[in-house]
Amino acid sequence: MIQLLAQAGQPATTFDVPANVVFAVTAVAMVLAALRMVTTRNIVHAALWLVIVLGGVGLNYLLLQAEFVAITQFLVYLGAIVVLFLFGIMLTRAPLGVSDDLDNVRHRPLGAIVGVGLLLVFGYSLIETFGGEELTFAAYERAAEANTNGRTQVVADTIFGDYLVPFEMVSVLLLAALIGAIVLARRD
Amino acid sequence: MLLNQFLLLSAILFSIGVYGVIVRRNGVLVLMSIELILNAVNINFVAFSTYWGPSGQVFALFAIAIAAAEVGVGLAIVLLIYRNRRSINVDELDELKG
Repeated sequence: MIQLLAQAGQPATTFDVPANVVFAVTAVAMVLAALRMVTTRNIVHAALWLVIVLGGVGLNYLLLQAEFVAITQFLVYLGAIVVLFLFGIMLTRAPLGVSDDLDNVRHRPLGAIVGVGLLLVFGYSLIETFGGEELTFAAYERAAEANTNGRTQVVADTIFGDYLVPFEMVSVLLLAALIGAIVLARRD
Repeated sequence: MLLNQFLLLSAILFSIGVYGVIVRRNGVLVLMSIELILNAVNINFVAFSTYWGPSGQVFALFAIAIAAAEVGVGLAIVLLIYRNRRSINVDELDELKG
């Protein structure tokens, strides 16, 4: 029992069952939701299936012990981008309810060939390259030795150290996107 | 946990997103499929950051910020197209054809 508690306090290292169960459940849910998202005939349902995929991605970040990215994912994607999509659906008066007009039926075989082909190439090269390599969290352990405030401090140090100039560029880009969206969507 | 389980999940999501971009004709749905592709890439960044330090997480954060900007401008363009043509089917935007 004491040993188990001591293990629970450690950063997860190699094969651990609960994390794999959570991964399996979220992975199956995400793949099914993504497939429904690109095949459903109801545009509002597509946005709601997208919510499941984005939430699953956030859970995967938690499994990879990247808490800050996970919280950002939940706030930005689930909080802002899905709402933007729902507004886009509403403002373009998309057909609510079932519609056959969402797909380009002629392109379905082409899309299936490209999708499956990409998946085969990716799958083959990934399995060839990384095989059964275990996630060791080596970088996290090195970071844990260097400071006491956890991995988020390391991320913050990296953003405001090595990547300060790109970070400022991102803020300029967001400002430009904001102004651009206003200019485009404004009625004259 | 294996490294490959995250990479393969990301590959599957990427391929589904590419299928969506090719097959969907509604502009908003095409943008949603692009979000799927961007998220698949982010899973890869974070998975590799467990090996090579926090740069991967920083790049994932940049990708999230840029995806937000992309959706904002993309939806503004879709709205503009809707206002001009009363339709956002991307295969009807063929005026550049000679």
